[in-house]
This record gives sequence, structure tokens and C-alpha cells, in this order.
Amino acid sequence: MDQNLYNYLLMLGDNSMILGHRLSELCGHGPSLETDIALTNISLDLFGQVRNIFQYAAKLNDQESSEDSIAFLRNERQHYNCILVEQPNTDFAHVILRQYLFDQFQLLQLNFLLQSKDEQLKAIAAKSIKETKYHIRFSSEWCKRLGQGTEISHNKITTALELLYPFCNEFFETTEVEKEMMERGIGPNLEELRVQYFDNVTTLLNEAGLSIPQTPFRVSGGKHGRHSEHLGYILAEFQYMQKTYPNMQW
Amino acid sequence: MSPEINLEEQFQARIDAGQKIEPKDWMPEKYRKTHIRQISQHAHSEVVGMLPEGNWITRAPSLRRKVGLLAKVQDEAGHGLYLYSAAETLGISRDEMYEQLHTGKAKYSSIFNYPTLSWADIGAIGWLVDGAAIINQVMLTRTSFGPYARAMVRICKEESFHQRQGYEIMLGLAKGTPEQKEMAQDALNRFWWPSLMMFGPRDEDSPNTAQSVKWKIKRKTNDELRQQFVDITVPQAEFLGLSIPDPTLQWNEERGHYDFGEIDWNEFWQVVKGNGPCNKERLAARVDAWEEGAWVRDAAMAYAEWKEKEKIKKAV
Ligand SMILES: [Fe+2]
Ligand SMILES: [Fe+2]
Repeated sequence: MDQNLYNYLLMLGDNSMILGHRLSELCGHGPSLETDIALTNISLDLFGQVRNIFQYAAKLNDQESSEDSIAFLRNERQHYNCILVEQPNTDFAHVILRQYLFDQFQLLQLNFLLQSKDEQLKAIAAKSIKETKYHIRFSSEWCKRLGQGTEISHNKITTALELLYPFCNEFFETTEVEKEMMERGIGPNLEELRVQYFDNVTTLLNEAGLSIPQTPFRVSGGKHGRHSEHLGYILAEFQYMQKTYPNMQW
Repeated sequence: MSPEINLEEQFQARIDAGQKIEPKDWMPEKYRKTHIRQISQHAHSEVVGMLPEGNWITRAPSLRRKVGLLAKVQDEAGHGLYLYSAAETLGISRDEMYEQLHTGKAKYSSIFNYPTLSWADIGAIGWLVDGAAIINQVMLTRTSFGPYARAMVRICKEESFHQRQGYEIMLGLAKGTPEQKEMAQDALNRFWWPSLMMFGPRDEDSPNTAQSVKWKIKRKTNDELRQQFVDITVPQAEFLGLSIPDPTLQWNEERGHYDFGEIDWNEFWQVVKGNGPCNKERLAARVDAWEEGAWVRDAAMAYAEWKEKEKIKKAV
């Protein structure tokens, strides 16, 4: 099996899966019906992407595997998502900002993947990018509303920014797997995306009346399977049925 | 004859002729009030109904089921939206309707005050609860108030999809391992009677029916609808190989219907009065979402106003 491509797919899939899970926790609890529907929609899109990616990964895998065995049967250390996406839904400002910071990265990444040398990934990107463009419209508009809305909303999104922004560097810390993907023309050169990313983020934050926090970036490790303490609880819930009732069809 | 009586007669004549009443048309005050009450309570049911099923989204057993459930709960939010909009045409705001829900003045369907204790409950709800809702709602597609009837047409299509999805979950469980079958049976046991309660009190205890029939809100009585539901559902349970938790259930050749046992009306009224297993939690979840969302809605409003001013400034 092409182990590096497989692991690369896990990285891509896990970002969408864990963020999709966080958003799914909010279903029925949004600040308005409209935002509830929109956030559920984003969650649905992300899980749709996860299914495409994991179905492809399952085909690559020599052992018997399926989208569900990949999604539900790995332990914490076998998840490779960035730590940003596992951060909790502290309040709507955290939800929106986490979404925007991810969407901006995902958009740049998918933009590259549209020309990936891997045909499957290219096809998945073509479908996903339309969704991601919609997601970032939603999240960036809301960043502006909260940043420029009231003093309360401005303070809340400032607090969220101070907590979440330091996680963003992790997107661009190139792992061995990603280096190989770049060399094979399958994945992007993350260093090149970095510049574009922080330019775009700075522009949006300015429009939202927010300034870039001076806090240093955090030491990370999500892409190596070293996560925050949140992930264990996410997985306990996410994997509950598969762990309690193994080997069954649902 | 006073002009008022004349108007009311003309109004009833239009309904009798099968015409739809539109928001701008003249209507008796009682018609307006009844519709505000019924449509808003229907909307609240859609929205509160998101909670018991939402309870299993994060624990859904497969990606396919998770996506199916997310989409279903999202549809229910959409139903809430159409219905709130339909009620708004009668001159009440969405905020006022929320206020009535949060203070307990407005009711919502009691079925959502029961807990979802296993994954099979998601199947049972789709099959039975959406199934019972469809029976009511198909009737309402022909109700006299235009916006309500049209909302129902859209909603019914999605509800039948939900019902099939729920039944398919049950079928998978019933044909699965013994543990899965047991889970399915347990869900049926717990949701059967509350589903029958969804059709409301017995006809003799339902004083509004005559007026509702006149306005075509109702074309069949509670007991007729309940019978229809039982007749449709019993063979479906048989096909699943599950048993309905009613020892008196029996086909009655003469009537051409199933005979079935008596609902526990004490439980029915207790849940209506707010003493069901989850009434407090459901209402608290809605109130929390609303209160915690206040600053978000304020921000959106302030931003929109600010944008508007900027636009005017630029124009000047
Ligand atoms: Fe519905
Ligand atoms: Fe439904």
C-alpha cells in the first residue's frame, strides 16, 4: 500500500471529521434557526468530504477496511488533524472564528488539490471547493458582524482570536508525509500557502476591526497524533456505538 | 343583518367552495387567533423536535447514518422556518412566538418530551413519530388557510422521506444481531403509546373539533386519524418481526380495522401539563439557546445598521 498517501488522506479526512463533529454538537442549539441550519449544513458538507476521502483511503488499504472502520476504529494517537479543529464550542465567537481560520486554509489547500497529480484527490477537491467557498463566505461575514457589531461581540471574538490564532501555524508545519506529497505533486507546498494564508487572514481581521494577536504560536503535534486533551472526549462520544457494539451493520 | 355577520357568511362560503384564505383577506378574529396558535405550536414542535434526535447525532453508528440524521434534523429546522413564516403572515412576530414557547404559554407536541435512550430510538422516531405526523399533515395540505396548506405540501414530502429512513434503520436492526433486534423492540415498546398520543385526546374530550372541521383544519377526528395510524403501522411492525406492546391489539374483521387498547390518559395529561420525562430539559435547551444567542443577534443587528449608515454616508 502507498502508506504515505494513505496517511495524507487521514490528515485531510481527520480535519473535516473532527470539525464536522464539533459543528454537529451544535445542531438544535444555535443562536437562531438560520445559523443553526447553516452550521449543520457545513457539518454535513464536511462529513460528505470525509466519506469521499475515507472511501478512497479504504480502497488503497490492503487490509479489509471501510469508510467506517477508518472513521471509527482508530485511537487518539492515530488521528492526524490539526489541533485547531478539536477546540470546543465555547461560544458562537469561537465557533465562527475556528471555522474561518480553518476555511481559509482549506480553501487554499483545495485550490492546489484541483491540480493534484492524484486523480481521485483532484476529483474530491473539485467537489469540495464549491462547498468550502460557501463556508468561508458564511464564516468571514460573521467574523465581520461580530468584530464590528457591539462591544460585547467585539470582546468575545477578540477573546476567541487570542485563544485560536496561535494554533494556525500548525497548518503549515510540513511533516515527512506532506513533504513527500509535495514532491510527488500530490499535495501543496505548505510554505507557499503560509504567506497567502496570513495575508488573507490579516485582511479579513482588519475588515472585522480586529488586530492580529501578539501571542506566539503554540507548540503543536496534531499531525503527528499528539493532540489536546479534547480529542479523547470527542472520540469517546464519536466512537461510542462502534466500540460498544463491535462488528455490526447499521 | 349586521355587516360583520355578512362578512363571516361570505368567508365561510369561500371555505365551503374550497377557496384558500390568504393573509390579506378579511377573516374572523377567531380564525386568525386559532391559526396563529396552531401554526406556531406546529412550528415549535418542529424546533423542539430537533432535540431528542439531535441527542444521537454525535453518537451515530456510521458515517452514512450520521449524515442521514444531520440532514433530517436540519430539515426539521427548515420546517420550523416555513411555519414561523406562515404564522407571521397573520400578524405575529417570530420573537413573540418564541416568547410564548419559552414562557410555557405555547405548547408543542408532547412526543418530544420523551427521551431518546438508544440508537434504535432514532429509527423508531422516524418510523412512528414522522409517520404519525404525516397522517396529520397530509390532511392539513387541504386546510383553508393558504400559507399553512402550502407549507404542509413542502413539509410532507420531506416527512415521508424521514419516515422511510426511520423504517429502514429499524429494518436493519430487526434483521441484525440479537442485541440489535432487542434494541429495536425496546424502542418500539417505549415509543408506541406516546405515538398514539400524538393524535390528541379522544373525540369526546376534544371540544374544538367541530369548529376545526368547518375551517377545514380538520377533516377527520382524532380517533379516526389514530385508527388510520394503527391500521397502517401494525403490518409494518409485523414485517419487521417486532411486536406491538399492546396485548389487546387484534384485527376486527367486522370493522375492517384493528382494535387496540386504551391509552394511559393520566400519563397523556401529565406530559401535556409539563410533567413528562423531559419537558424541563427540552424547554431549558430552547431557552438557553435563545438567551445565549442574544448577543449574537444584537451584533448582527448593530452591524446591519452600521452598514446601512455607511452606505448612506457614501451616497451623500
Ligand atoms: Fe418536520
Ligand atoms: Fe420529520
